[in-house]
Amino acid sequence: MAAVSIDRVHKSYGSVGVLHGVSLEIDDGEFVVLVGPSGCGKSTLLRMIAGLEAINAGDIRIGDRVVNNVAPKDRDIAMVFQNYALYPHMSVSSNMGFSMELRRFAKSMIDSAVGRAAATLGLGELLQRRPRELSGGQRQRVAMGRAIVRQPQVFLFDEPLSNLDAKLRVQMRTEIKALHQELKTTAVYVTHDQVEAMTMADRIVVMHGGIMQQVGPPLEVYDRPANKFVAGFIGSPAMNFFDGVVAANGAGRYVAMGGDVRLPIPDNSRAEVGRRVTYGVRPESIRIDADDAGSVPASVEVIEPTGLSTLVYSKVADALVCTFTMERPDLERGQPIRLAPDLARVHVFDADSGERL
Amino acid sequence: MVGHYGALALYVLFALFPLYWLLKISVTPNSLLYTEGITMWPSVTTWENYRFVLLQSDFPAFFKNSVIVSLGTAAIVTVLAAATGYAFSRFQFTGKTLVMFVLLLTQMFPLVMLIAPIFRLMVPLGLTDNLTGLIVVYVAFNTPFAAFLMQSFFDGIPRELEEAAMIDGCTRLTALRRVILPLTLPGMGATLGFVFTAAWSELLFALMLINSTDAMTFPVGLLTFVSKFSVDFGQMMAAGVLALVPACLFFAFIQRYLIQGLTAGAVKG
Repeated sequence: MAAVSIDRVHKSYGSVGVLHGVSLEIDDGEFVVLVGPSGCGKSTLLRMIAGLEAINAGDIRIGDRVVNNVAPKDRDIAMVFQNYALYPHMSVSSNMGFSMELRRFAKSMIDSAVGRAAATLGLGELLQRRPRELSGGQRQRVAMGRAIVRQPQVFLFDEPLSNLDAKLRVQMRTEIKALHQELKTTAVYVTHDQVEAMTMADRIVVMHGGIMQQVGPPLEVYDRPANKFVAGFIGSPAMNFFDGVVAANGAGRYVAMGGDVRLPIPDNSRAEVGRRVTYGVRPESIRIDADDAGSVPASVEVIEPTGLSTLVYSKVADALVCTFTMERPDLERGQPIRLAPDLARVHVFDADSGERL
Repeated sequence: MVGHYGALALYVLFALFPLYWLLKISVTPNSLLYTEGITMWPSVTTWENYRFVLLQSDFPAFFKNSVIVSLGTAAIVTVLAAATGYAFSRFQFTGKTLVMFVLLLTQMFPLVMLIAPIFRLMVPLGLTDNLTGLIVVYVAFNTPFAAFLMQSFFDGIPRELEEAAMIDGCTRLTALRRVILPLTLPGMGATLGFVFTAAWSELLFALMLINSTDAMTFPVGLLTFVSKFSVDFGQMMAAGVLALVPACLFFAFIQRYLIQGLTAGAVKG
């Protein structure tokens, strides 16, 4: 096991910049998830840690060693690919034991290592099969097993669950997390799925446009997004945003929207009067039909019951607002309601820079 | 369904009928060839033509020459094409587009135009009238297409397989040998078969570059059954049938691989 240190790393393909000076310290044994929309540079960064992409500038260290010019095979890492990349002409056990075979381990040692990994992953019955005889979930497990047998310093995952169906994805998510808690090997995990990022990570790295937007524990990133991008990307259903200008009256500051709607701002916000801002509030931080002074008028558009909860979409001025509630409100389309944002959970971002105020 | 099969049957009949006729004439006694008129099968069949071709003509020598030239060409081209195709598929390098363009360019000229200059080049090199010269020419003309063919086979193998192997502990060369090569065998088989067949049936260069009976390949040799005054159809057809055998064997061997699709299961789906 080892720490991974990424120091001002740049990457570009010709004139197209992909990563613009990314720095990140990953602790020994930590599970870090790189998350962001496609094209944000997360996979490129992972492939640079693996040694599959050259580094244009900056350093990557695994343990104490700068690995910029170290071949992938000498980096002591294991990687799980999105498409599994199992060797089709080898049996499951050969697939899993391949890395040890290349290192000329004795057959008995390989067999016992493969056997242990197979037992952990429930692959015992399948060891003699070929990859083409396996289901998607089983192939995924074999790819995991191959990584475990390697006993690497660092696990690298490149969207390993993207090709699975929704139910299996949730199951494997839990299994990977449990496995990490057992093995305690440093892991870097790339995904575009923010739920995966939230549920699995010790720390989340939100990336966008080749720049790290925010690094932190999942709940910190969720509760205090550093900018509008992070706020909109993390969380499902997504945060509601309203554009407006900060104004004040006797009761305090508020964001004035069209249609004379006034959204109250918390006292600790740095948004000064006159600034153009984006007002953000998560669906679960809005209460319906509240009597308090800060509530704004709205009219119900769509109601989506999920059984566990209800999503209510309503119109405030011209903006569509999503509200999440664990209750089952008795509402119908067109009905006027009042919405009250929870002041402690309101986020204000600069309209131009998107930075948190 | 009936329409599809009907159309296919019609096509197969059309394509294979000449082969049937070849077979039919090869077993027809010479005396019946012109006397029986057009029949679908002769009243008496004979192996006499085969016996003559195998035991009394130069055909076995032609056959041996053809095997040497075709196998030699196929083996050399496949190795060259595999190396070229791998480079095209996996690497970006300066001048790649130019190299590919030039390779394509060589495929654009009718061979007839090149016969004279090639003959002029080969004479001083001592490469006319022997099998080596033929192999050199065939390799030169078959490699470009075979390289593109091999490239498409390499393109069909996910890059991640190599990357996984390189992370598992392979160098690029070990990854090529242990992972990519076994998966490309069907492709190499197909290329081998394709080039073998092309070299096997090549007539133009063989005719121009070879004079002596010792070095003749069978397509040229077939023409020796045409004499000034007559054509010995029975013997010619028998030789033709025998010449088909290796090509058929090769295709039987390859098509198994072509259909199999060895990479199934490597990645999703």
